[in-house]
Amino acid sequence: MPKKVRIPVGPQHPALKEPVSFSLELSGERILEATIRLGYNHRGIEKACEERSYIQDLYLLERICGICSHSHSTCFVQAVEEIAKLEVPKRGLYIRTLIAELERVHSHLLWLGVAGHEIGFDTLLMFTWNDREIVMDLLAETTGNRVNYGINSIGGVRRDITDEQIKKIMKAMDTLEERTKYYIKIATEETTIIQRLSGVGVLSHDDAVKLGAVGPTARASSVDRDVRRDDPYAAYGEIKFKVITDNHNDVYGRTIVRVLELMESYNIIRQLLQNIPAGPIAVKAPRKIPAGEALSRYEAPRGEDVHYVKSNGTENPERVKVRAPTLANIQAVAHMLKDRYLADMPIIIAAIDPCFSCTDRAITVKDLGQKSEGLMQWGDLRKYSIEWYKGKGIDFSNLKKI
Amino acid sequence: MKGPGRMLQLILESILKKPSTVSYPKFKEAPLKSLRGAIAFIPENCIGCKICMKDCPAGAIIITKIGEKVFQAEIDLSKCIYCAQCVDSCPKKALEYTTQFELAALDKNKLKVTTSGKLQTTTQNETPKSE
Ligand code: SF4
Ligand code: SF4
Repeated sequence: MPKKVRIPVGPQHPALKEPVSFSLELSGERILEATIRLGYNHRGIEKACEERSYIQDLYLLERICGICSHSHSTCFVQAVEEIAKLEVPKRGLYIRTLIAELERVHSHLLWLGVAGHEIGFDTLLMFTWNDREIVMDLLAETTGNRVNYGINSIGGVRRDITDEQIKKIMKAMDTLEERTKYYIKIATEETTIIQRLSGVGVLSHDDAVKLGAVGPTARASSVDRDVRRDDPYAAYGEIKFKVITDNHNDVYGRTIVRVLELMESYNIIRQLLQNIPAGPIAVKAPRKIPAGEALSRYEAPRGEDVHYVKSNGTENPERVKVRAPTLANIQAVAHMLKDRYLADMPIIIAAIDPCFSCTDRAITVKDLGQKSEGLMQWGDLRKYSIEWYKGKGIDFSNLKKI
Repeated sequence: MKGPGRMLQLILESILKKPSTVSYPKFKEAPLKSLRGAIAFIPENCIGCKICMKDCPAGAIIITKIGEKVFQAEIDLSKCIYCAQCVDSCPKKALEYTTQFELAALDKNKLKVTTSGKLQTTTQNETPKSE
């Protein structure tokens, strides 16, 4: 039996794109135990929301994530609209759903490329990211920006869609469908891919339920769950689509779910564009939102996103709580890493399509030497840090007070 | 087709394809009409209500009164997130978005664009170009 070693991966590590810390206990090449620590990317967004108006929060929350930005902003406005009892016009809802699905397409294509990269298949990365440009251009044209679209407003959407754009999107869907069929072929026929991904990062159906996995991670373990169907929001109630599940329970299954979901997204986008009703795109929202609270759910490309908003009748919310899909999936990662080889770690982590900066909602700073836990006020913390740096020969005490 | 044969077709396709990117800055693709770029201020329309300042998520716009019914806007391009919320919020159409996106500058001060409405003359800092 080889000796056990514990190695840290992160918070800063060449293999990680975002700061997160994995502490791995290894026996030889095998991972015995993985402990994950989040909190290195805490940006204090929830608190910042309380200090800003609903209109400003819309843009702030959109910036929780650069990839599923529409998910967060839609999830938030849905909650606010529920509190304010605003009825969003049908056309507005259709446009919102359209952007949501375009976002899913670009996110899944991005993931497919990243997954290819993690297993050393960079050709796939080049191919999918080239196709992803088609979607990015569509998003830029319909919303005005490639990322952080800013399409939502409280009570609807900010930009209407023209017939010309509809035609263009329809045409692009044909091209993308053609390409995706090719990727499905690769994923189901290419032996190197199948062998590299099969049996890696196994998460059984029961474990997926127990650990609260969401999105494609859960659906690849045959957990038949999708907010779009189970609790329809926006225009999903009027659209026919299949929820893709798979019973491979591993990274291979997650790949299959995502490529097949792409096909469903094209189908949804076509239905939306064919049936988009005429009419206004938004209603006017009051600046002061009446007191109340609401919880909103949204199926982001990575899984279920949840926002909770509490209002108190002023222009600023009293509380905003965000639960990004990665937080729900992260415990499953620790489970999936167990008993796998170290070399499988990048692809196992990548397979949940993690986004750690979206996830970090709170940090606890612990002094491991001291047993007691205590609260430190801002002033004390500042004083403490100045003293600490003084000990290192750096003097910060003259810095402007903030 | 299986194996190397399938690859051959792809190779031929790729050889004949043009690159997907253009050689910037020698060639420039025209920006999309819908692009939300730098914000332009039209001083004649402004009534100084400052709703734009209130709604701006980034605190990037400052409206000051410089004379009787004459206002000046200072937009900090380094703070602006190009959301165009100010354009939506303005009740008098005194702000509009342009498709200008090449806004990088080495000097931070050049990123502050001031437009004032004095006697119908507009003084605008030279548009920062990448140096
Ligand atoms: S909202 Fe419009 S009119 Fe009001 S201060 Fe701003 S630019 Fe002027
Ligand atoms: S575009 Fe957005 S960030 Fe920029 S000045 Fe207007 S409201 Fe502020």
